Amino acid sequence: MSVKQRQAPTGIMTPELIESEIAGGLVATDAVATYALGLGDDALILAHRLGEWIANGPELEEDVALGNIGLDILGHARSFLTYAGSAWGKTEDDLAYFRSEPEFRCRQLFEQPIGDFAQTIARQLIASVYFDSLYRALMHSTDPTLAAIAAKATKEVDYHLDHSTQWLLRLGLGTDESAFRMQRGLDAMWPFVDELYRAEPHRAEPAPSGELGAELSAQLEGIAVDPRALRAEFDAVVPRLIVDAGLTVPKASAARGGGRQGIHSEAFGPLLAEMQVLARQHPGASW
Amino acid sequence: MAAPAEAAPAEAEMSAEDEQGLARFLELIESDSRVEPTDWMPEGYRKTLVRQISQHAHSEIIGMQPEGNWITRAPSLKRKAILMAKVQDEAGHGLYLYSAAQTLGTDRDTMFDQLITGKAKYSSIFNYLTPTWADMGSIGWLVDGAAICNQVPLCRASYGPYGRAMVRICKEESFHQRQGFEILLSLMNGTDAQAKMAQESVNRWYAPALMMFGPPDEDSPNSKQSMAWKIKRFSNDELRQRFVDMLVPQAEILGVTLPDPDLKFNEETGHYDFGELDWSEFYEVLKGNGQANGVRVARRRAAHENGEWVREAARAYADKQAAAAATAAALTANETVAA
Repeated sequence: MSVKQRQAPTGIMTPELIESEIAGGLVATDAVATYALGLGDDALILAHRLGEWIANGPELEEDVALGNIGLDILGHARSFLTYAGSAWGKTEDDLAYFRSEPEFRCRQLFEQPIGDFAQTIARQLIASVYFDSLYRALMHSTDPTLAAIAAKATKEVDYHLDHSTQWLLRLGLGTDESAFRMQRGLDAMWPFVDELYRAEPHRAEPAPSGELGAELSAQLEGIAVDPRALRAEFDAVVPRLIVDAGLTVPKASAARGGGRQGIHSEAFGPLLAEMQVLARQHPGASW
Repeated sequence: MAAPAEAAPAEAEMSAEDEQGLARFLELIESDSRVEPTDWMPEGYRKTLVRQISQHAHSEIIGMQPEGNWITRAPSLKRKAILMAKVQDEAGHGLYLYSAAQTLGTDRDTMFDQLITGKAKYSSIFNYLTPTWADMGSIGWLVDGAAICNQVPLCRASYGPYGRAMVRICKEESFHQRQGFEILLSLMNGTDAQAKMAQESVNRWYAPALMMFGPPDEDSPNSKQSMAWKIKRFSNDELRQRFVDMLVPQAEILGVTLPDPDLKFNEETGHYDFGELDWSEFYEVLKGNGQANGVRVARRRAAHENGEWVREAARAYADKQAAAAATAAALTANETVAA
């Protein structure tokens, strides 16, 4: 838990608070829920990946740091998923544990294996810059629940961004080996940047055309953030950080993506199998 | 974890300064005050503390693994969050404890090296496996519960940095124990399969948890010196009894059976009597023949070795920054002279 989070005033948005508001009648519209589901899945899968670092870090301090960052992001996931579930009478756990691969809406960046520490830092850097601009914009959403989740998240992401920036510099400017690995990590993650900033239709079922997506975005006017509007900030910040770290901005082609339509990379199936195995052995059980 | 009974240096060899130091040390111990890092202390006291504190730190670090095993498979998001928080708390405890040990003059790298090369001991309990989710409950309830019984008195340990580190650790451990109890309670109130999972897990962890207090008092002669130095406040058997007395009513609330046919309340003593423990099992695990001794150390060693390039990069970066700052300072100084 970050210092800022502990010092935050009471009344900050938590999954438990959303749950109690849902019990009091809060219901997301289908469009809002579909949007929240995408954001929740992104956060859930990234948090899960970060959890894989615990007891494997290069330093005890990094076990703590990556664990805490994962914990913050898991908190965002739980809030988004709890809120999304209100539209369909589902809990966060119904959504996390009882959907299959094509029903997940996470973008492919978040599914990628942790790789070495440099690859994890490369992903965290890209993700933190994206989350930072996303949540700062989402704080102004006309949907008060999304705005409140974003207001809490943005304070935490501030620290995450600092953590990955500091490591980018150390690895980029440290030794030949660390620079090589940091460059390799950036090269491996770069193809998944574009997908974050595409206005992809969110849909319940994968479909070849984008009509449903267009309808959905009309319903989300003022509520959702158009990711295309955030790209300029990424382009202004990240390449400069990479150059400052003595590295080269990758020129890799963008991956096709499709996470928001249920198209996932091959690393995702095994992740889901592991994450869901126990819950699915005991359907309907409480833990 | 017994302490060696090392006597203070013979009086003939002591300098006047040492004599003064020893008198002051004994006075601190006698008056239940704290010994601080800059105070004079007998070599045996220092060694005992370094060993005990570093073993405790190692236990926290190795103890991350049996629970870390379930982070990616936790059956609800709330449990996943709690487990992640708990395991990173343990890393934090390890860090406080290494820091406390460092105040005695042994650096963290040395202690950590002893851990990953298998030279240092850590609590044998972490050499057991965690095949089921219910083990997350048993570790919290039984293992952390036993740790609390051991550790609450350590908050009053005569060595200041250790005692103070233990205050915070005990607060977090108490939360850990409650969450373990709550996991088991949810399982016992759940489906038949869940209740069975909980009971089976308690059956496996109960005796090893009781053995966490160390061998019976008559087989632990060195504890005496630690008690005289007020590092340790109660004997192994006293603490074990306290733990059993605490467990029985909690087991009743849970609805689990503690796997000991001889467990019964003794009206005369006001305590629960319990059966003989299989100490040959304890010594087997201690010798390295537990379920996971090799695996636990190898895992931490692999993490450390795989991270060597990261630590080296951080050092190289810090050196370069320092060199650049020194050059900048020299330039400024030259400019000042030139002006």
